Amino acid sequence: MAAIELAGVSKTYGTNAAVREVDLALPEGAFVVILGPSGCGKSTLLRMVAGLEAISAGELRIGGARMNEREPKDRGCAMVFQNYALYPHMSVAENIGYPLKVAGVSRTERQARVAELAAALELTPLLARRPGQLSGGQRQRVAIGRAMVRRPKVFLYDEPLSNLDAKLRVQMRLELRRLHERLGATSVLVTHDQQEAMTLADHLVVMNAGRVEQQGTPREVYARPASLFVAGFLGAPAMNLLPAEVLASGDTLRLADGTLLRLPEAVGHRGAVMLGIRPEHVEAGRLPATVEMVEDLGASVLVHARMPGGAALTLHSPADAAPARGEEIGLDLPPARLHLFDPASGVRLPLGRIPASQRAEDGLFVTSASL
Amino acid sequence: MERRATFRSPLLPWLLVLPQLLIIFVFFYWPTGEAFHWAFTLEQPWGGGRQWVGWQNFQEIFGSAAYWSSVRTSLTYAFGTSALAILIALLLALFIDREVRASRGWRVALIWPYAIAAPAIGMIFRFVFDPRAGVFSTLNALWPGAWDPALNGTHAMLMLILAGAWQLVAYNFVFFLAGLQSIPRPLIEAAAMDGAGPLRRMRDIQVPLLAPTFFFLVVINLTDSFTNSFGLVDIMTAGGPARATEIMVYKIYADGFKGLDYSGAAAQSIVLMGLVILLTVIQFRFVERKMHYR
Repeated sequence: MAAIELAGVSKTYGTNAAVREVDLALPEGAFVVILGPSGCGKSTLLRMVAGLEAISAGELRIGGARMNEREPKDRGCAMVFQNYALYPHMSVAENIGYPLKVAGVSRTERQARVAELAAALELTPLLARRPGQLSGGQRQRVAIGRAMVRRPKVFLYDEPLSNLDAKLRVQMRLELRRLHERLGATSVLVTHDQQEAMTLADHLVVMNAGRVEQQGTPREVYARPASLFVAGFLGAPAMNLLPAEVLASGDTLRLADGTLLRLPEAVGHRGAVMLGIRPEHVEAGRLPATVEMVEDLGASVLVHARMPGGAALTLHSPADAAPARGEEIGLDLPPARLHLFDPASGVRLPLGRIPASQRAEDGLFVTSASL
Repeated sequence: MERRATFRSPLLPWLLVLPQLLIIFVFFYWPTGEAFHWAFTLEQPWGGGRQWVGWQNFQEIFGSAAYWSSVRTSLTYAFGTSALAILIALLLALFIDREVRASRGWRVALIWPYAIAAPAIGMIFRFVFDPRAGVFSTLNALWPGAWDPALNGTHAMLMLILAGAWQLVAYNFVFFLAGLQSIPRPLIEAAAMDGAGPLRRMRDIQVPLLAPTFFFLVVINLTDSFTNSFGLVDIMTAGGPARATEIMVYKIYADGFKGLDYSGAAAQSIVLMGLVILLTVIQFRFVERKMHYR
């Protein structure tokens, strides 16, 4: 059952559409991550769910009930803001207890619940402090505590980790996930960080220019990006995208330098396409390329190579067998790992799978580059 | 970064600040020094010999019931005006902030009353509060004698406070609005998510966060009511009826220039100056330092 449903939800500012006709059904108890570049409307979408922005068109349902006209406090959502939005004139305890105070909970019960939460979030020694005296990670935990205290059914996070340093971010990511498992509520997190999205999400929603580009489990979205945008946005380093051409036979691809690649199966499309392959799927082989730059990532190295036709390609290589700059190397683009996109619309072109036995024989087909 | 300008000749910087120094000296330090001198001497009304009398002038004013009455009147006026002006300005700013965003035009329009000279305001309010022709004349038509600032001291003080507050509201409003708009929007949104309605948010979030602005304005308004109220009093009540509105600055003027008691007036103005200095010290020592969060 869907905890949050959006049906044709749009947001327009004057003539400017920030969110266009979004249809989403977010499963109950899931950790949903909305991912997109800045300005894609993801925060606006979250704020519409929260009730902080009016919904221009469409319907929002939480737990089956229409929410469009309800005040934020009546929607059963709690929100963690990007800059934490802690009340600077209140102590940590007062901050966490504020939702209860507003709800008219008695002082003794309030104190008991704040103490309980503080213990869970390791904030007990800080209860008397003001937010100004806390570190970024501590403020983050106070903000989460304030969101948790009312025991909401839905948690909304607006880029909660973006103000933390890299190490703390990884740590808080784990904590958020752990918290989600324990609370069993539905969490919706908005981020522009694709790594955060991949690691946290049960259900990933990728947005671009106010529209949902793709949704599904992170694995699905990563393995089969539905559009050029998703292919380029998800994954670090980004997927290699090379212009190519499908020849008349429909099962052969010609790269810009004339290299021919055999596809596992014929595609319906003819003519120009975008060929995508992830850096980790590029293997050693017979396609010539020149190493332009080598980045040491520690566990492995990232090689930036250029093919004779001018196409740039990045690939992972084991750290102990890293090629040197300027070296000529041979590459292989395994057909089973290729993604094809329509260069005009950006839509993924369906690519057939071939049985493993067959793939072993002719993984790659190379002819002279003299065309 | 080195922000000090270096001059080859030590004379040039002094020459550059000289005009300003001269103005300050001629119009501030010199008269102040003179006032100090007069406060400790007995000055002849028509000039001539003056006699050193030590603290006698001060003893005289502190022993005078009329002086203490003027202090009380001043305090009533200052606190009444400040409280009213701050309260109204705060309410206006809270509502403007909530309903009309980015209303720069309104902000400019609302600061205008502060730019109007006090005597002009005095004239306007004399008409407004006139017991026979003003807005309140209808009150007198119903209950004869219900409103008469020319005879009733309380009415006169009320009238002054309303006129003074009217002018200060404009000033306070601008500060409150600026203060409100500098409160990060997410704080208000967080409070909304936490279940607080608009009035609750004003009480719990916006007003407490305005505390620095609030204390700043209290000090500024009090100082302003002590020193800048002369024009209003002179035009509207001339200290009357029966000295009910004779505030400290007006008494200084009346004693000095009408009663020709220069020394007594000088002593009074030294006391008033001390009071203003005290308020300023409070402003800088406590308010500026303590009232900022984080």
